[in-house]
Amino acid sequence: MLQAIGVGSIDALFAAIPAQFRLSRPLALPPALTELELTRHMATLAERNVHADQRVCFLGGGSYDHFVPAVVDALASRGEFYTSYTPYQPEVSQGTLQAMFEYQTLICRLTGMDVSNASLYDGGTAAVEAVLMAMSVTRRESKVVVAGGVHPEYRQVLRTYLAGLETECVPVGAGQGSTDLETLAAAVDDRTACVLIQHPNFFGCLEDVAAAARIAHDAGALLVQAFDPISLGLLKRPAELGADIAVAEGQALGTPMLFGGPYLGIMACREQFLRRLPGRIAGQTTDRRGQPCWVLTLQTREQHIRRDKATSNICTNQGLIALRAAIYLSALGPQGLRETAELCLQKARYAAAQITAGERFELAFDRPTFKEFVVRSRAGGVERLLAQASAAGSLAGVPLGRWYPELSDCFLVAVTEKRTREEIDALAQCLREATGVVSPHPNG
Amino acid sequence: MRNTQAVHSLFELSKSGRRAARLPVCDVPQQPSAETVPADWLADAPPPLPEIAEPDLVRHFTNLSTLNMSVDTHFYPLGSCTMKYNPKRNERLSALPGFADLHPYQPEDTLQGLLQLLFELQQMLGEIAGLPAVSLQPAAGAHGELTALMVAAAYFRDVGQRRTKVLAPDSAHGTNPASARMAGFETVTVRSTAGGAVDLDDLRGKLDERIAVFMITNPNTLGLFDGQVGQIADWVHARGGLIYLDGANMNAILGVTRPGDFGADMMHFNPHKTFSGPHGGGGPGAGPICVTEKLGAYLPAPVVACDGGRYRLDAERPKSIGRVRSFFGNVGVLIRAYCYLRTHGPEGLRAVAENAVLNANYLLSRVQHILPVPQGDRCMHEFVASAAALKKAKGVTAMDLAKRLLDEGFHAPTVYFPLTVPEAMMIEPTETESKETLDAFAAALWRLTEEEPEALHDAPHTTPVSRPDEVQAARKPVLRWNAD
Repeated sequence: MLQAIGVGSIDALFAAIPAQFRLSRPLALPPALTELELTRHMATLAERNVHADQRVCFLGGGSYDHFVPAVVDALASRGEFYTSYTPYQPEVSQGTLQAMFEYQTLICRLTGMDVSNASLYDGGTAAVEAVLMAMSVTRRESKVVVAGGVHPEYRQVLRTYLAGLETECVPVGAGQGSTDLETLAAAVDDRTACVLIQHPNFFGCLEDVAAAARIAHDAGALLVQAFDPISLGLLKRPAELGADIAVAEGQALGTPMLFGGPYLGIMACREQFLRRLPGRIAGQTTDRRGQPCWVLTLQTREQHIRRDKATSNICTNQGLIALRAAIYLSALGPQGLRETAELCLQKARYAAAQITAGERFELAFDRPTFKEFVVRSRAGGVERLLAQASAAGSLAGVPLGRWYPELSDCFLVAVTEKRTREEIDALAQCLREATGVVSPHPNG
Repeated sequence: MRNTQAVHSLFELSKSGRRAARLPVCDVPQQPSAETVPADWLADAPPPLPEIAEPDLVRHFTNLSTLNMSVDTHFYPLGSCTMKYNPKRNERLSALPGFADLHPYQPEDTLQGLLQLLFELQQMLGEIAGLPAVSLQPAAGAHGELTALMVAAAYFRDVGQRRTKVLAPDSAHGTNPASARMAGFETVTVRSTAGGAVDLDDLRGKLDERIAVFMITNPNTLGLFDGQVGQIADWVHARGGLIYLDGANMNAILGVTRPGDFGADMMHFNPHKTFSGPHGGGGPGAGPICVTEKLGAYLPAPVVACDGGRYRLDAERPKSIGRVRSFFGNVGVLIRAYCYLRTHGPEGLRAVAENAVLNANYLLSRVQHILPVPQGDRCMHEFVASAAALKKAKGVTAMDLAKRLLDEGFHAPTVYFPLTVPEAMMIEPTETESKETLDAFAAALWRLTEEEPEALHDAPHTTPVSRPDEVQAARKPVLRWNAD
């Protein structure tokens, strides 16, 4: 090969790199491992973690221990799906493109919206992209209003993205567990691009999205709702509630928790906002033989064509995770999704009752909730409680103090369809025992 | 032989009453939903998802998958994408429950193995980059670019300098100016010379104290190492600006040179390119960034820290730009990158670069007898051929060649990028292809240029569908399935 190229050594091929920049030593990295050695090493590292089969997971806050049916892994692990490229050559990518189109359709059906993109990175960046989109659509760049029940990390991401843009980000408190509508109405004016609200919110509390939508629309602003995909098995859809743009974290739809990623940013909107929707979109058309087929479309919104005028800089998205979501939603179907949501609702309600049966704990908020709820430890000591519960076999909840100083005596508990009565009873018991208080045994 | 029924849409396959997944009976005492949730907030019926039995679901998606080309099935000489082999061991190991079934808010004492892995990955990436401060948070290359530009913006604000502009070459990937705008900067384009390098005269004229960052890809999008990079870095630094290296082309220089050594202050990696992460049909990827010590203070929080063998998430970073996404990062992708780096070690990574460059130069030496390669007869890991002369002579375009290559059993190269070469075909073989594959590709390309133009204009002929009407798709968008 060197002969064909016309050089004497591989080194000669690097001649363009000035000598002063060439490394004169090997990279200081650990030496190569065979597959056997790597496997052993990774097993050692994995064993130093405690995973959800070893300690029962009641953690939520946007990432959940939901059940993933075997078909999802079986299909998504096909090499033709996961080692294929972005479908820029549609003739050889109809598998990916049709799956994207089906995913988009499923999201539209889930949310009641007219159009969905083919994914963004995660729920947080999806929420931010929706806010930026609302600013562009309304041509109001100076102010957005954000409900306090929106995931604190989504709000942090929004602050980061808006830092360079001089956009005022006005928070509205959710001190009682859900957004105070009077405060919201006072905050929204004709400079407001959108109201961003999450329902169910970060505390698991339900919000009056329809009322928030009315407030936003009266001021000419858009309503962006962040939703929980599983909750839509039971709750009214974002479109029905008056949302203009709906965003979500899609991890719950068939993807493991993976310490936070790769996840799935879901984004869908009403027809009239289509041209400002960021991200890739698959569209249906026909080929030269008149057959239906699919292509990436409306690419003039995207960076590879519009560059600095693009709706977003996004290129690689979360294609395979969207595929998993499509398989999951199809495997569950309407009944399966409803039943999953029902189980989450009932089991969480039962868990809340069990945990708060004694004197030690109370629900922080007096609001309807879905799948998650906030528990207050009347005598504080949340970190110690949770550590003891963990040692006893339950990852009992997420302490809220790091995001909400006023809630440092509280923790967030999530109960999915995977949690059994035994696990919930054990949780309630180990929380009671962690405090040193023994209360009368509750009977359902 | 095709199963045409199975690839009807899910919504056509749907039959009322069918389902795949069943849920267990509720084992806790139940209350009617309407007593827990205000009736007004409950939907009348669940969303109209398709109703499909499991065997049909499996047959549907399995058949769909067979309509794809993929690295597992085909050679993908896509310039700028680095479509190398995706090792199966990485798939198996990243899926271990001890990695996959970890909640992002678990307490740190239950995460020591993962945190160690992520800490080591930070260090390895810092070593490869020659830039010690690392964030694993960004979710993709473009996200990494945006994050780095935000870091730069925060730095300049902190030192009281008002800088509003970013410089990028005309050959830059579209994400560069798009990211700059999202970070609040205006992009100023710098011209390239005929040879594809940065035009230093043009650069000199555009450099001023308003320039925050010069975004460079090196090797550039022509696959050439721009040896002027030292000079460029000196000039930009002299004006108080920073150099950002788009790391999409790192495959050419792993272990040979390091961005931090040739003047970069910030860079991003594409683990789904350079470090063998699978492309997933459009992601997920990741976009870790590496910056100088000085800029490290502004990185997104948290980063993984180690105190005497104990690993933790360090969120106490007062100058941090904050978060650019929820949760830690695309950990599943990062674990695969870690496996890749541990598999190769220092000699292995250098061999990756050497073989990537060898393969590209060999293929160039074959292709240049078929199509002009304007940059000359050397390249790094990729090169750009031009079909402009062929278009003039026979009316055959880069698009036609790309489509006909599909019939030949090859994915097409990247076409019409970079914008600086007319009828561009950017070819990157990667190091995981054998000489036989490269020869077969060159032979196929030769055959195509000898064919009658008609065969090419109507290509592809043997793929599941022929050329889609993209104009119709954009003019009358149909973006979800409808019964009609």
